[in-house]
Amino acid sequence: MAVEILMPALSPTMEEGKLAKWLKKEGDTVAAGDVIAEIETDKATMEVEAVDEGVLGRILVTEGTEEVKVNAPIAVLLEEGEDASAADKLGAASAAPAAAETPAVPAAPVAPAAPVESVVPADPEIPAGTKMVSRTVREALRDAMAEEMRRNENVFLMGEEVAQYQGAYKISQGLLDEFGERRVIDTPITEHGFTGLAVGAAMAGLNPIVEFMTFNFAMQAIDHIINSAAKTLYMSGGQMGAPVVFRGPNGAAARVGAQHSQDFAAWYASIPGLKVIQPYSATDAKGLLKAAIRDPNPVVFLENEILYGQHFDVPEVEDLVLPIGKARIVREGTDATMVSWGIGMTYALQAVDELAKQGVSVELIDLRTIRPLDMDTVLASVRKTGRLVTVEEAFPICSVSSEIAYQVQSEAFDWLDAPILRVTGKDVPMPYAANLEKLALPDAREVIDAVKAVTYTA
Amino acid sequence: MAGTQSKSSGGRAKSATKARGAMKNVPALAEFSKDEELNAYREMLFIRRFEEKAGQLYGMGLIGGFCHLYIGQEAVVVGMEMAKEKGDQMITSYRDHAHMLACGMDPKGVMAELTGRSGGLSKGKGGSMHMFSKEQEFYGGHGIVGAQVALGTGLAFANRYKENGKVSMAFFGDGAANQGQVYESFNMAKLWNLPVIYIIENNRYGMGTSVERASSTTDLSQRGASFGIPGVQVDGMDVRAVKAATDYAMEWCREGNGPYILEMITYRYRGHSMSDPAKYRSKDEVQKMRSEHDPIEQVRARLLEKEWSSEDDLKAIDKEVRAVVAASAEFAQNDPEPDPSELYTDIVL
Ligand SMILES: Cc1ncc(C[n+]2csc(CCOP(=O)(O)OP(=O)(O)O)c2C)c(N)n1
Ligand SMILES: [Mg+2]
Repeated sequence: MAVEILMPALSPTMEEGKLAKWLKKEGDTVAAGDVIAEIETDKATMEVEAVDEGVLGRILVTEGTEEVKVNAPIAVLLEEGEDASAADKLGAASAAPAAAETPAVPAAPVAPAAPVESVVPADPEIPAGTKMVSRTVREALRDAMAEEMRRNENVFLMGEEVAQYQGAYKISQGLLDEFGERRVIDTPITEHGFTGLAVGAAMAGLNPIVEFMTFNFAMQAIDHIINSAAKTLYMSGGQMGAPVVFRGPNGAAARVGAQHSQDFAAWYASIPGLKVIQPYSATDAKGLLKAAIRDPNPVVFLENEILYGQHFDVPEVEDLVLPIGKARIVREGTDATMVSWGIGMTYALQAVDELAKQGVSVELIDLRTIRPLDMDTVLASVRKTGRLVTVEEAFPICSVSSEIAYQVQSEAFDWLDAPILRVTGKDVPMPYAANLEKLALPDAREVIDAVKAVTYTA
Repeated sequence: MAGTQSKSSGGRAKSATKARGAMKNVPALAEFSKDEELNAYREMLFIRRFEEKAGQLYGMGLIGGFCHLYIGQEAVVVGMEMAKEKGDQMITSYRDHAHMLACGMDPKGVMAELTGRSGGLSKGKGGSMHMFSKEQEFYGGHGIVGAQVALGTGLAFANRYKENGKVSMAFFGDGAANQGQVYESFNMAKLWNLPVIYIIENNRYGMGTSVERASSTTDLSQRGASFGIPGVQVDGMDVRAVKAATDYAMEWCREGNGPYILEMITYRYRGHSMSDPAKYRSKDEVQKMRSEHDPIEQVRARLLEKEWSSEDDLKAIDKEVRAVVAASAEFAQNDPEPDPSELYTDIVL
């Protein structure tokens, strides 16, 4: 019986891919295990092996086709002796339209108010009229490291799989080629050891960038980040510090379970002596990573795997360095203030734009830096709107949201017209099951509900 | 391929193990009866077919996240299972499906955990990397490289504390062998003579990094030398060699001599996980392993040569095994997702 060969999913975050090459032609015999095609996923070029044996009856997706959805039929495999008409029958049956895309934000009941216009202010750090180019967060991070390594001979990168493999998440793509083995260094799987080594090298005048494959594994090394890096300047009476950047993906990815999905922002943000950055956009990723590498202090730079492949407009300027410790207003508004950062911004933006359609005007602040916190920007906005909702993916208890809420109630109590609400990940270890993982993470619906609650428009 | 149970290579390390009489009388290969050969064949084939099916389900998007397949390494866990006694514990990394199948955990429950369904061994909450079974003395399923080494040492500590005569088996990779906690564990295990076998599954790569690029000394069996823990390298592609070495190590531990290290020289055919294109090694290297050292083919050839089985007998075993795997996959696709209320259960007691 003819069977369809489907576009395989080959990474936790892959939704579609490019069918790069067919290695078998129509009419070729294939055995189980034969490589039949090459596809490009969001991270790499992978080979597709045949699972069954038979004859390649029909190729349904020609090579070079981009954006082929996972599970779309790409070919039909015939049993020995079956003729090609079997492929046509099957092909016709499967030509049914693909399932409709579900909207990111479920339709909300119609609100009585008229829509408000979303006001997107320009970034005050970027000169007006600067040419913008589309870049992924992944490229922005790589460019930031490459530019700083060109600029300063003492900057080097070390971590697991950063050199020959080009990075487990391909952030260091091309760096080994350009800078060589002296400055782009593959380490053994020994986080505690190489982190301490980097801090020592920094004490001796170098500027290490330590890549953690993910921040979950930095827990092996957190003693050196905190006891050795963060406290040295103070303990030495200002004689020496540790200018190290600790960077890597942080927080949940997709279906990787409890031990691989934690957001550590609040942990590091509670430590005097550290700076903590958690960017959302590619521009901030680039400008703040460059600033972090130049900073004389230890900086924890928290990236996010889901954001790596997302495109943003990045200004094409010689040397994009953004200030650490400054939040940015990304939507101006009057009815409520929303504060978010990192991947939390994806839910925040969806919600704010949906709320604008419903006539609720929200001022959205992207914190960008978690320590030091730019409370001036947050407080100024809250004094204008009288309401605050925070949005993050981390656990709720003792979170960054908790700290913001504390500071706002102590500094702007008289301006508040409603309790401060936070939208966070749920207070549970990250479950693996698809439905539970969805429930454990925040979504735009919860953010909209929180804004409606603080504006009493629910 | 390193030879079967080569003794240590480094001079000082050699005398350290020799002084303790390690492996003096170890037979290189266990003599297998027909039943043992057939059992080994069936178990290894079962693991391979199960893993192939898991790979397929991943491709269909039914399994998410990370999925680390054991294909190529089957002889290690099967040979060890054949040497263990009831009550001996196992603990390993995220490359754990085979260990669970070998120690008798329900394949439907394993596969349903991979698809994140309520009938999974962790109710769908753990996933591929995190499954456990109190009943089968399987202690997980750990995602943090090296963590299971200290935990496995703790299992051995409990055995000695309770004087129950059981042995803990802590499996870890060549990459994990460089983690600091491994050596902290080694020291305590020898200091207190804990009954633990450290099994280093040396499949030559930790993700994309070969042993030579990650380890200052590459005879990992001698990593316990400075603590006085003996160790040997074992041909981990030959289930008889694994069984013989494990029999010896088990006795060593049960007699109260403390820990033992078995470095299993093995190979993984697939990438590190489903998203690894494995460009760091040549196709020839993989092909050579498959065609010259395949653990299943070796048993199959012996069964045929000794005329203990006919081609038809072996086909029948394959059919049986495929049926069990198909039933697991069927269950894992049709079992419902966990109830939403499960989000908040099992957090604290
Ligand atoms: C502490 C820690 N660091 C890094 C990782 C990412 N990681 C997962 S598996 C792996 C390679 C481990 O290789 P090895 O120990 O040889 O085991 P194998 O995968 O070959 O079975 C790495 C680096 C991790 N899970 N935990
Ligand atoms: Mg390995």
